[in-house]
Amino acid sequence: MEIVVCIKQVPDTEAPIRIRPDGSGIDETGVNLVMNYYDEHATEAALQLRERFGGTVTLVSVGPERAREALRQGLAMGADEAVLVSDPRLARADHLQVARVLAAVIAPRRPDLVICGKLSTDDNAALVGPALAALLDLPQATAVSRLEVAEDATHALVHRELEGAVEVLELPLPALLTVERNLNEPRYPSLPGIMKAKRKEIPVLTLEAAGIDPEALGTPGAVLERLAPPPARPPGQRVDGQDPDAAVEAIVRYLAETAKVL
Amino acid sequence: MAGGIWVLVAREDGAVRRLTYELLGKARELAGQGRVAAVLVGGEGGVDAEALGAYGADEVLVLAAPALAAYTAEAYTAALLPLLAQERPEVLLIGSTAQGRDLAPRLAVRAGAAIVTDCQTLAREDGALVAIRPMYTRKAIGTVRLLPGRLHIAVVLPGVFPVPPRRDRRAEVRRVPVPPEVGSRARVREVRALERETVPLTEADIVVSGGRGLRGPEHFALLEELARALGGAVGSSRPPVDSGWVPHDYEIGQTGKTVAPQVYLAVGISGAPQHLAGMSGSKHIIAINKDPQAPIFQVADLGVVGDLFEIVPRLTAAVRRRKQAGP
Repeated sequence: MEIVVCIKQVPDTEAPIRIRPDGSGIDETGVNLVMNYYDEHATEAALQLRERFGGTVTLVSVGPERAREALRQGLAMGADEAVLVSDPRLARADHLQVARVLAAVIAPRRPDLVICGKLSTDDNAALVGPALAALLDLPQATAVSRLEVAEDATHALVHRELEGAVEVLELPLPALLTVERNLNEPRYPSLPGIMKAKRKEIPVLTLEAAGIDPEALGTPGAVLERLAPPPARPPGQRVDGQDPDAAVEAIVRYLAETAKVL
Repeated sequence: MAGGIWVLVAREDGAVRRLTYELLGKARELAGQGRVAAVLVGGEGGVDAEALGAYGADEVLVLAAPALAAYTAEAYTAALLPLLAQERPEVLLIGSTAQGRDLAPRLAVRAGAAIVTDCQTLAREDGALVAIRPMYTRKAIGTVRLLPGRLHIAVVLPGVFPVPPRRDRRAEVRRVPVPPEVGSRARVREVRALERETVPLTEADIVVSGGRGLRGPEHFALLEELARALGGAVGSSRPPVDSGWVPHDYEIGQTGKTVAPQVYLAVGISGAPQHLAGMSGSKHIIAINKDPQAPIFQVADLGVVGDLFEIVPRLTAAVRRRKQAGP
């Protein structure tokens, strides 16, 4: 089974965020950059399928050169190869343009499955996966929390969590999935895996080298104009709950008079 | 009709979701004197389409076909594309539900649209659509501009826009033909309701949420009772999910759901940034925690430092007494 996993490098969610004074983005100095959390689950899903069906797991990323480190993490987990498309002309690319670059790299490989995280924890957009499915003309299932691939690898049965319900979806392969965190438990890279990953070449391709006509990417439709700190919440009221009855009275008064829900 | 602001009607079990009304109110505001259309995919199925006029729709476009009976991204995309191409709305608002998030990017690619998700404000400036959305675990707020010249698709978080006051007007209903080739390779086998007694989390006005401080799965019953008394839903932070006390669909936060209720009651939740990412958009936050240093108190409007096991049962009783007594 040929599987492609899309990877993004993002700031560790534990890291404090410093916004550049001009609001153009975040200051990455000293920020720990890691593989997007959901992409670890995507990689794990791919590795488990390879263990069952054979084949290869290829990681693909679009981003700055440093994103190579996130790919190396995936290689250390056990992926077979990794490709990075890095080009200064993509600095202002929107999500749909990134999806186009990924599609151009992935399409010639004719994978049986493309797996993405359900979103990336930096911008939370959840756009690239389904956009990529459209560009590759694949059936899709997003936010997959359970995955069963048929013995003959012709189709998959997945669970998706809706609001208060679970959808059971059957889709023929090839297909594209984006995955939820409760799909699996990502493995830690093993020491031999880390050593092997260090020796692997990760080709870094410009748009031309990836066979992509920069013109065909079009212009971005969505532009991040400004990043700002979230508005500070005014300091709240503090109640000492040593006396539970007084605390309850304060909560009930708040619910009734301030929030007006009682 | 050329132009206008469109709203994709979000449904649950056939009934119109409140989110749809929130979007219609916003669409009415964005449209000014222009037209607002609601798009009802899959047929009326018991919905009074004309009644959407009361929330701001001038027109309801109904797409009915057997292939649209169950939601799939492929069939919905194929059904909507010719309609979008023909009528050329300026903006399409889609609710941020599991289906909305599944459909919108696929549709955006096929329709050559610009798209922004997780919108919590929306405004039009010189033909562009400008949205504000949380980013970086809500440690930053991004302003995203969709450039003019193509369809704008905005995926809007639930609970951020008010339901508009109902007006006494009916919408025109227009049935739109669906191309016969509309279909999907993916097939919905089943939609299984989760056995949860309360309202869905993302739509609840009141969310009572528990964390590690509950100490065990059996104590979630305390929250269930309080939520029932308040007419709300129960959620959790990540530790109870990881410990297997509650299923994953309870989780609120970066790796779970985003909620924006009127009242968020955080019980025994310390307030890790990943949790705040999912709930700090709530209008009123009340926190109960025995640790006075817990970060949750930094976002709480009302912070109670105390023992939840003493406070919550008394609170439930007090809420019940008050409800029985009437307003």
